[in-house]
Amino acid sequence: MAEVSLRGVSKSFGDTEAVSELSLDIADGEFVVLLGPTGAGKTTTLRLIAGLERPEAGSILIGGRDVTRVEPASRDTAFVFQQYSLYPHLTVFENLAFPLRSPARRMSEAAVKARVAEVAKLVRIDHKLENRATRLSGGEMQRVAIGRALVRRPAIYLMDEPLSSLDAKLRADLRLELKRIQAELGSTMLYVTHDQIEAMTMADRIGILSEGRLVQIGTPREIYTAPANLHVAARLGRPAINLLPVGLLPDAAAPAGAATIGARTEHIAIGKVNGAVASGAANGRVEWIEHLGDQNHLHVAVAGHKLVTLVDAATELRPGDGVSLQLKNPLYFDAAGARL
Amino acid sequence: MSAAAHSVVVPSTTAKRVAATLVIVYALISMIPLLWIFATSFKTPPDSIAYPPKIVFTPSIEGYCNLFTTRTRQTREYIDALPAPTGFCDETTRKRNMVIAGPSNFLPRFVNSLVIAFGSTFCAVFLGTLAAYGFSRFRVPLADDLLFFILSTRMMPPIAVAIPIYLMYRELGLSDTALGMILLYTAVNVSLAVWLLKGFIDEIPREYEEAAMIDGYTRLQAFRKVVLPQATTGIAATAIFCLIFAWNEYAFAALLTSGTAQTAPPFIPTIIGEGGQDWPAVAAGTTIFLVPILVFTILLRKQLLRGITFGAVRK
Repeated sequence: MAEVSLRGVSKSFGDTEAVSELSLDIADGEFVVLLGPTGAGKTTTLRLIAGLERPEAGSILIGGRDVTRVEPASRDTAFVFQQYSLYPHLTVFENLAFPLRSPARRMSEAAVKARVAEVAKLVRIDHKLENRATRLSGGEMQRVAIGRALVRRPAIYLMDEPLSSLDAKLRADLRLELKRIQAELGSTMLYVTHDQIEAMTMADRIGILSEGRLVQIGTPREIYTAPANLHVAARLGRPAINLLPVGLLPDAAAPAGAATIGARTEHIAIGKVNGAVASGAANGRVEWIEHLGDQNHLHVAVAGHKLVTLVDAATELRPGDGVSLQLKNPLYFDAAGARL
Repeated sequence: MSAAAHSVVVPSTTAKRVAATLVIVYALISMIPLLWIFATSFKTPPDSIAYPPKIVFTPSIEGYCNLFTTRTRQTREYIDALPAPTGFCDETTRKRNMVIAGPSNFLPRFVNSLVIAFGSTFCAVFLGTLAAYGFSRFRVPLADDLLFFILSTRMMPPIAVAIPIYLMYRELGLSDTALGMILLYTAVNVSLAVWLLKGFIDEIPREYEEAAMIDGYTRLQAFRKVVLPQATTGIAATAIFCLIFAWNEYAFAALLTSGTAQTAPPFIPTIIGEGGQDWPAVAAGTTIFLVPILVFTILLRKQLLRGITFGAVRK
């Protein structure tokens, strides 16, 4: 395990700049999640650290050593790909043993066996070691892929949306499992995803990437409560944050220059109104209540704008009801989108 | 069709029967010349030229005797004075007023064919695999032009360069040598091998090699451990195509080999000339000539059919 640093790293493919002037420090034993939409440069960042791509500018340090020009094999990283994860011509055991049998490592066959058995148990695939890799379900394949990274003790684990191809139940299980394994081993991990739940639940720190740039990095709590700008605010929270023009809803404390208000459920007080509008409360109307099972979304129309907030399943609100809405310490953004 | 609603249409029984009949008819048409050659190889010379042709006949291995031996005509008195014949071939030859003079050139010519065809196939597939991998994975300058150039060597009829090659080979001392023929067939086949194999290697996701390289393997080691095993199907198919070409090639073999390095294709027709039109011997030579390709194809059939990566790639 070791700390990893990116210093002003840039990489472009043709005319598109995939990563630009990215600087990021990952501490020893830290779990960092990069969150961003498709094309934000998440995968390229991982590939740069692994050595599968060469940056045009900047340097990459692993454990204090500058590896910018070093071959992938000598960088001591482990990579879990989003797909094409297993060698199809090998068995599960051979897949897991593959990194250990590399000529660079020269591990004894007995040690390889012991290590593979240990990891197979960890990712719960020890009952299928002799199966062909192609004869596994999607979840088993991905567990083996993660296991293949875990057989080694590299400086850093790089994971590229390892759970995205799995169904929801398995994803939830493996999410917990990965976090547990990482905490147990104290490993340094850089994990890429576009799933905010994965980011929120697993990360020590979350880095938000947008168009190849690191927009903000901080603990999940910081990113959620104090997003640097509109883009970051919109990435976290379910239902998504409501973005409203200043003055739409009564609020005393709007700072100078504020153009947009970001209001999550916890920033909105809702009251049922029968008749006259209470002073200082806007008059909204309930449009729809969406029952998602784990959440209930209340859709409210306010002067041509729509808001979505969480509501209790047992709410007495019905579509058509008038409601009063009041903001409680919402987020303010200026005209350029930066938070005030 | 009732199953037309499905995306994969299940053929009806009638359609299956029609298809099966067509396949069988086609197979029969293709097989008849081969069966005819095979039958002729077991006929006696008189049976082989009988008219109307004999479908039912008493099998004889006289054709094979004549294929592997050279014989000389002798007087009846000389033959009668010889000690008793030592085997079937000896006996049959004497009945035709001839004695066996020694082994024919068929076996060495057949061995030449084996060495040259398998040797050139190995070289072509080896070079083709490396070149195809290079074209598939690296940014080769002018890659498209180079690939077109490689393909263009197949565009002219080979016989167009026969005279220059003949002259060059004479100067270089490669005429009538196995090495010369291996080089020539490799040169012809390598373009086919590059193109075929590039297609197969393009299909192998590069993530596998990347994973291997991160796991501590060099590119060459990753190529050997990860790419080659997955390319076996393509390599087997390419090898069969190259082998069939090199094995069957007649024009260059006839032109460039005459003695020690002569291959079977130019040799077999020369059998006709030895002591009348010996069709059974020619048919026997052809039958034996067919065996290696048949065996090679059957051996590699599994590789050809087994899509080992089937189902491994989650798209």
